[in-house]
Amino acid sequence: MRRFLLRRLAWFALTLWAVVTVSFVLMRSVRGGPFSAERSLPMEVEASLRARYHLDWPLWKQYLAYLGPLELGPRAPTFLGGDGSDPFGGVLAGDLGPSYKYRDFTVNDVLAQSLPISLALGSVSLFFAVGLGVASGIVSALRRGGFLDFALRLLATLGIALPNFVVASLAILLFAITFPVFPVAGWGSLRHLVLPGLALGAPFAAYVSRLTRTGLVEVLSQDYVRTAVAKGLPPWLVLWRHALPAGCLPVLTYLGPATAGILTGSLVIERIFAIPGTGSHFVNSALNRDYTLCMGVTILYTVLVYALNTLVDLVSTWLDPRLSLEEA
Amino acid sequence: MGFGILMDRADDAWRGTSPGREAWRRLRRDRFAMASLVFLALFALLALCAPLLPLPSPMALDLALEPRAPTPPWESFLERGFQREQFWSLGALDRGLLALRERLFGDRQTAHWFGTDAKGRDLLARIVWGSRISFEAALAAGLVSLFVGVTYGAIAGYAGGRIDNAMMRLVDALYSIPFIFLVIFLVTVVNEYRGELGRLGIERLHVFFVVIGLVWWLTMARIVRAQVRALKEADFVQAARVSGASHARILFAHLVPNVFPMVIVYLTLTIPSVMLFEAFLSFLGLGVEPPQVSWGLIALDSSEAIGVLHTSWWLVFFPSASIGATLFALNVLGDGLRDALDPRRRG
Amino acid sequence: MNGEGWRFARRAFGLLLFALLLALIVRATTSARLERADVVFANGAEVASLDPQAVSGIPEGRVMIALYEGLTTRHPETLEPRPGVAESWDVAPDGLRITFRLRANARWSNGDPLTAQDFEWSWRRLVAPETAAPYASFLKSVKGFRALDERTFEVDFPTPVPHFLHLTSFHPLFPLHRATIESARQRFPDAWTVAWMRPGVLVTNGPFRLAARRINDRLRLVKNPFYWDERAVSMETIDVLALDHLGTLLNLYLTGEVDWIERVPPLAVTRLRGRADFHLTPSLGTYFYRVNTTRPPFDDVRVRRALALAIDRRAICEKIARKGERPAFAFTPPNLAGYEPPELEHAPLEADLSNWDRAFEADCARARELLSEAGFGPQDRPFPRFELHYSTSELHRDVAEVVADGWRTHLWLDVAFFNQESKVYIETQRSLGYDVSRSSWFADYPDASSFLEVFLSGGENNRTGWSNARYDELVRSAAREANPETRLAELGAAERILLDELPLLPVFGYVTQNLVHPRLAGFFENALDEHSPKTWRWKTEEELAAERARPR
Repeated sequence: MRRFLLRRLAWFALTLWAVVTVSFVLMRSVRGGPFSAERSLPMEVEASLRARYHLDWPLWKQYLAYLGPLELGPRAPTFLGGDGSDPFGGVLAGDLGPSYKYRDFTVNDVLAQSLPISLALGSVSLFFAVGLGVASGIVSALRRGGFLDFALRLLATLGIALPNFVVASLAILLFAITFPVFPVAGWGSLRHLVLPGLALGAPFAAYVSRLTRTGLVEVLSQDYVRTAVAKGLPPWLVLWRHALPAGCLPVLTYLGPATAGILTGSLVIERIFAIPGTGSHFVNSALNRDYTLCMGVTILYTVLVYALNTLVDLVSTWLDPRLSLEEA
Repeated sequence: MGFGILMDRADDAWRGTSPGREAWRRLRRDRFAMASLVFLALFALLALCAPLLPLPSPMALDLALEPRAPTPPWESFLERGFQREQFWSLGALDRGLLALRERLFGDRQTAHWFGTDAKGRDLLARIVWGSRISFEAALAAGLVSLFVGVTYGAIAGYAGGRIDNAMMRLVDALYSIPFIFLVIFLVTVVNEYRGELGRLGIERLHVFFVVIGLVWWLTMARIVRAQVRALKEADFVQAARVSGASHARILFAHLVPNVFPMVIVYLTLTIPSVMLFEAFLSFLGLGVEPPQVSWGLIALDSSEAIGVLHTSWWLVFFPSASIGATLFALNVLGDGLRDALDPRRRG
Repeated sequence: MNGEGWRFARRAFGLLLFALLLALIVRATTSARLERADVVFANGAEVASLDPQAVSGIPEGRVMIALYEGLTTRHPETLEPRPGVAESWDVAPDGLRITFRLRANARWSNGDPLTAQDFEWSWRRLVAPETAAPYASFLKSVKGFRALDERTFEVDFPTPVPHFLHLTSFHPLFPLHRATIESARQRFPDAWTVAWMRPGVLVTNGPFRLAARRINDRLRLVKNPFYWDERAVSMETIDVLALDHLGTLLNLYLTGEVDWIERVPPLAVTRLRGRADFHLTPSLGTYFYRVNTTRPPFDDVRVRRALALAIDRRAICEKIARKGERPAFAFTPPNLAGYEPPELEHAPLEADLSNWDRAFEADCARARELLSEAGFGPQDRPFPRFELHYSTSELHRDVAEVVADGWRTHLWLDVAFFNQESKVYIETQRSLGYDVSRSSWFADYPDASSFLEVFLSGGENNRTGWSNARYDELVRSAAREANPETRLAELGAAERILLDELPLLPVFGYVTQNLVHPRLAGFFENALDEHSPKTWRWKTEEELAAERARPR
């Protein structure tokens, strides 16, 4: 177990470093600085701004300054971090620098404000995905071959086929405009999260449904399950004790990539529903050349996805000890 | 049906079977999968021959003040109004097809069976022409991921041992990078240098395709590697080795062709995700741009057509239906293929 | 319990834990819900900063006039300068000195008195290079300024600047609270914004102060109890939304969640027209195309004239912009007080555009002639393929399509599109890496010089490579001229040169579009589209009844 975690950690560090370096080089080497605007700044002003953010330093120096609290001679990096009480500590010290677009905030501030929002949205989507998916998968498996099964499978495949912003538009049309049950956009209460959660989670619910159905069908045809039913055990008990755990294992393994997908899909959904989460920050920061924020979000997502995958592996081993961590 | 199976068996006994033929036979029995195949083939044909079809221009602006509701075919089948100048930015082949169309149909074009969008562009034409980009994207991504992924996976699986280990570690590492973000970076980067790239004849679209392919090869590599590893010890491989074939020959002449069925299956299952990704990028404004049209752009228009004041239902329904139907068909076909190739997997 | 039981227990426990965790997250975020503010409006973008000297956008401007106040303010309808922090001022007879008298009851939002020294310190900060203020040039027409005492502030000029009182109503010249900034500076010597602009720390002097801020979501402002005119302020809380998706904004307005939006999706304009709450007013802004005059064949003025003539402006105004915009044949908009802009040479048009088709035909014919003269006639070498450059946006794309269509159809030119997102697009303009590029310009203050100064040689907003010594001379001389008639005449002559040389192709004049809740009173239309929330209030029941009773 310890070796597993250590190895994971090592790979994680390497991956993260690679992501940071590649992103850094890509961003800095591209034209269009963060200070361009229709109303141009006078030359000296812009030069002064660039100097302030150390954008006039050579690339390697900027890179080192960004990474860590390295003393680089008399002009030590002096970005502000956190509440401004320490000079910029660098990424290695957990400080992601000042945002270039939101001049009043550091990247840590922006992420701290927006991450809980995205997490909430993601959780609601996951609830929908797992809840709806498993439920429909069970029904489909139990009524296998029937019309309900066919209908649900059709719905599931459709859910995978439509882009999530189309689903979002349809959802808004149906449940916010035609029948004004939910708010059209915005954020601030659970009601605001229903439609976005649905739109975001729909494709994954579809996948989960298929996975559950497949897994469950296989288990239900096993002899020991048939015996249990024949012995007179109530069907729901059989389901709960025998069928579900085995059937849910593929769903669990799918949760890792599913959550990563939810993170990605949130880029579009957050835009449509005007939710101030981290997804919207990513797209805008890439377009605004807000280098530090862009990097910050990328780093954050790398960490999240990695951590989640590891967690999923750990949990699936815990649930089914037959799986060894070596294979995971 | 039973009689058919008997006949097939007799046929086999006479001719000898191969896994491919078995699979094809199983596929033929799956009605849904066959229906999907036919549908997709038809659609692909439509897309290919788009300039030949008597459709209105998908790109010419007719600044009507409102999107026009659909006129069903039984009300108005064809109308006049086609002009060659309404089509631009076409390649040589397309221009030829367009000329042919003019010869065949004169100035007739279909009426607005699917309605128009706010700038007067016929929706049916946009959907058909837009599918070309989506198919192109899928094809290009598929091909790139094919070449890179299959080669990589085959070499890893065949080499085994430490080389295999190292190669797969790289794949694992790349897997955990949130590629979507780097892809968006890359697209914005490429966007900036399009002047220079344009002079080299490279369009943003081409780079976009390559980028997609580079992201999608990872799973392909994994699948191929697993298959090659399994097949490595098979008899026919041993035979080839004994007869002195080089590693390269064994790999590419024997192993890879046997891996192909799985590769095809995987392709049909990931093409939908490529199309969705293209739509996603277009929605964010980083994909295709006018006068070209892609499903992503159409979907973007449709999401803007929904409002509290007024909704042009055809702008939402027809694009969703087309995208949905195509991707649905691809999924069903992929499932069918997988079942046909691996009949142990039921359900 | 046997093994089975344990496994069951573990699973159930795990699931429960998971569910609990998620429920906590959801609860945590949604419990941060705020009560609905008195009035909610959509600003169209997240403001870059709350430092009035560091920003230069229209959304930022709206927030600044709510949070701060300068020596003067603008009358909400006529835009004439009115007393702000300064209750009166004296202009010396030769126009070389203005002395402002500040109010005795002027205060900051934390109760501190607002003094002339605050203004002196703030203006020094504006011009200091470390501040990197985009509008530092506002004070370049000023020779010196000083606080004579707590309530007297004096400004000297080398030559009279008649519109200076407009500049003092604009945010770069707003005062800043010295103590807050300096204490922040002391703790972090390199203080670049971060610490002093937080809610609870930020000290401002305007009708409202900052209560809360959520990035990409909203700014919450509450009434400033220490504002000198606080009795005139009706709203207690205001929410400023940072949303930019037009469709969503419209939906939010129509469902009553937002009270004022300042832009609507182009598709919706025709449906909204005629509604009483949809206000369209011509604004001081022009939509135009810059031409890269350093790149052949655009260095030939005849080519530029031809391009300018073959733009179907009416189609753009009626079919794309659709808010009652007027075709523009000049750079300055037509509603500047006292100034009659010249126009680029074109076929005469009726005021109601009834003879547009014929006039446009004539213009296109003339354009073809010009191209022939320039050596690009049908028998000569073909005009090279070129690109129409614009920043990513639906509007710009649509206009570009019509313009390109016109050039293709009437001039048989081969036009391609080149779109980049805003940051890069500006860079490309700066480095003159374009052929023809779309642009807009909005006035900072209601005067022609606010437009004409753009095209001075080497100006950072010029970005066309065009330079004309006589033009520079005229514009600079007008800046120094005291006599208003001579001044306007000089500006007119300068614009005449501009429109003969055409480094720009004017397309249309902007019209503001505001959807305002019908119950909101105190919302005035003006040419700068500036709306200070200070004057807003909700109509009472009696007022509404009176309105309904009034014959339409």
